Amino acid sequence: MSRPRTEAEYLSRLVPSSVAGIGRRSLLTGVGAGALLGTGLLAGCGSDSGSGSDSKEVSVGSNQSDPKPKDVIAKVMDGFKTSSGITASINTVDHNTYQENINNYLQGKPDDVFMWFAGYRMRFFAGKGLAGDISDLWGKLSGYSDAFKKASTGDDGKQYFVPSSYYPWAMFYRKSVWKQHGYQVPTTLDQLTALSAQMKRDGLTPIAFADKDGWPAMGTFDILNLRINGYQFHIDLMAGKEAWTSDKVKKVFDTWAGLLPLHQPDSLGRTWQEAAQSLQQKKSGMYLLGLFVAQQFGNDEQDDIDFFTFPEIDPAIGAKALDAPIDGYMLARKPKSEANAKKLLEYVGSKEAADITVKNDPTTLVANSGADTSGYTALQKKAAELVGSATEIAQFLDRDTRPDFASTVIIPALQQFIKNPRDIDGLVNSIENQKKSIFTS
Amino acid sequence: MSDLPLIQADHAVPAPTPATPTRGGRGRRLRLLSRTDRVVITLMVLVPLLLVVALVWFPALATVALSGTDWDGIGPLSEIDWVGGRNYSDVVNIYPPFVPAMQNNLLWLAALFVVATPFGMFLAVLLDKEIRGSRFYQTALYLPVVLSLALIGFVWQLIYSRDQGLLNAVLGSQTDWYGDPNVNIWAVLVAAGWRHVGYIMLLYLAGLKGVDPSLREAASVDGASETSTFFRVIFPVLRPINIIVLVVTVIESLRAFDLVWVINKGRNGLELISALVTQNVVGEASRIGFGSALATIMLAVSLVFITVYLAVVMRENRR
Repeated sequence: MSRPRTEAEYLSRLVPSSVAGIGRRSLLTGVGAGALLGTGLLAGCGSDSGSGSDSKEVSVGSNQSDPKPKDVIAKVMDGFKTSSGITASINTVDHNTYQENINNYLQGKPDDVFMWFAGYRMRFFAGKGLAGDISDLWGKLSGYSDAFKKASTGDDGKQYFVPSSYYPWAMFYRKSVWKQHGYQVPTTLDQLTALSAQMKRDGLTPIAFADKDGWPAMGTFDILNLRINGYQFHIDLMAGKEAWTSDKVKKVFDTWAGLLPLHQPDSLGRTWQEAAQSLQQKKSGMYLLGLFVAQQFGNDEQDDIDFFTFPEIDPAIGAKALDAPIDGYMLARKPKSEANAKKLLEYVGSKEAADITVKNDPTTLVANSGADTSGYTALQKKAAELVGSATEIAQFLDRDTRPDFASTVIIPALQQFIKNPRDIDGLVNSIENQKKSIFTS
Repeated sequence: MSDLPLIQADHAVPAPTPATPTRGGRGRRLRLLSRTDRVVITLMVLVPLLLVVALVWFPALATVALSGTDWDGIGPLSEIDWVGGRNYSDVVNIYPPFVPAMQNNLLWLAALFVVATPFGMFLAVLLDKEIRGSRFYQTALYLPVVLSLALIGFVWQLIYSRDQGLLNAVLGSQTDWYGDPNVNIWAVLVAAGWRHVGYIMLLYLAGLKGVDPSLREAASVDGASETSTFFRVIFPVLRPINIIVLVVTVIESLRAFDLVWVINKGRNGLELISALVTQNVVGEASRIGFGSALATIMLAVSLVFITVYLAVVMRENRR
């Protein structure tokens, strides 16, 4: 017998034969087919009637409060509703507020699924039991490289995170400026220094720099540390296993002190937006920042932005590691509906969701390699290649270490260094003393 | 609550006549109050008492207690570890922002006390002269008080920005007003003072308007100059207002927070104890124990001023 094609048809088969006037046999087969298709039909009901029973809803906590990414999240959730019939209600909170309240949020009544970052901050909440284990889900996800899976894994070896997007940190510049002066991309530190000297002679500030908000300088520290001491040292240093007073860390600060005169002066009073605008206004030659620097450029200038990865310092280490913070989704510790929440997590990790993001947001890269990236701009394509060729991906200083250490120790310390780059010994001693106190607690 | 008990209270308590002997003492006087009175009085004492205990004393004592722990704000209270005085020794010995924060708080107090408050009082005296357009000046000077400090921080950011600010554009200079740690505290004090002057001016103006004009007349009949009239007659008469102004100044400088927080979260030359407490306790850092130790130090500093103030006021009352 034929399957009921519509809900109305299915319901009509439930009418007693005495009323409907159909044979007993066809009725029985009808009911049987209905029972087999029961779940699928119920899902159909849910999507038709909107907010149905509790089992058709799932809530998402989002920190994507800027108009563009917010719109993308809404589109992805619409896609989820179309594919699964489950309505996802998005609870958007301002990005910084979300981050500052995360402890209280996760301990209270968080949304079933919440957005967060990969790295130490993810492992921290997983270790505290504030996030749900989704290892079973990872068996169903495809299109993720091992690097992404590693970045989604907690200290206990289980997965707690579904990556959605990421962006690399690199040295950005304007093609037109470089063409005008005939600059070449530097591949060693000496070449970078020579190029900067040339830029000074040409009346440019070689490297734009801002650290009023405290975090942008972490990017500079990270990349120098990755180039001088390599990825594993970075991870161990961030985990509190290596001493900040070691010669390796001192060498990072020494190298940085040598480069500081090439940076834009008075950086402690400048926001990253202002520094990016100095690049956009062709007053600075280059700027080490995340891909989001493009936000400060007009639509007609997007094609003029280009970048190179920070040059090699130690040939034994190479220049293949970089900071590329990953954003994604996590499961709350006690979701109201675990099944729906996992369905949502599976969807946001799918190729379909990634395709929606690619189509709607040109300032980020999607984590799923199965996604159709033909919609990428030239800048996005190049960024994806850069990250794809990276041997190791770090998350950024404040995502790779304890948040209390990053915000109350490292930010003031790096600002102190920028103010007075000469007293490196005093600085690393101060950091090490505070590190010991924080990491032992 | 209805006003019924109040009416009853009026009836229930006859004006005590001198003829009534005070025999029975305390118990006797209590019996003069009706039952409703006693309920009302108990409620009037209990409700504020509970509020004060719950909202002031409990948090204050909890802060002091937490300052001896290393709680990170996650997990049940039973998992809190006691670390004794370690947070305090860390604050003093290995926390670089602490000393600048103490200095900045004291500098803030000194700047408001020595410059902004007297200037506000001076403006109030000028406006009290009913000069032409005094309404306009009054509004203009008071306007900053109406704005929130967060908004003030933003407004001054437009003026102080190194690359795009008004001040550097006008002066043709390259001073990094908010970024240079030797300059920014003064730049912020100008912004804070700008607001404080308006506040003090209004408070003082209200006091001046209430001074009996016959005092001035008497002084001028006696041939006193404007200056000596103010310092020898008006200023002493305004003693209650002076104390309020003093207290407001101290409170404003101890709780100074919003402005530096808006500018750079209280870092790099703009450290204040209140900002350090917030950096540590609020937000992702969640060093609740350490932040509580800072808050307790701030409480101790405030207690010094409160004790001095209370001692002065009580001596006054006894006189």
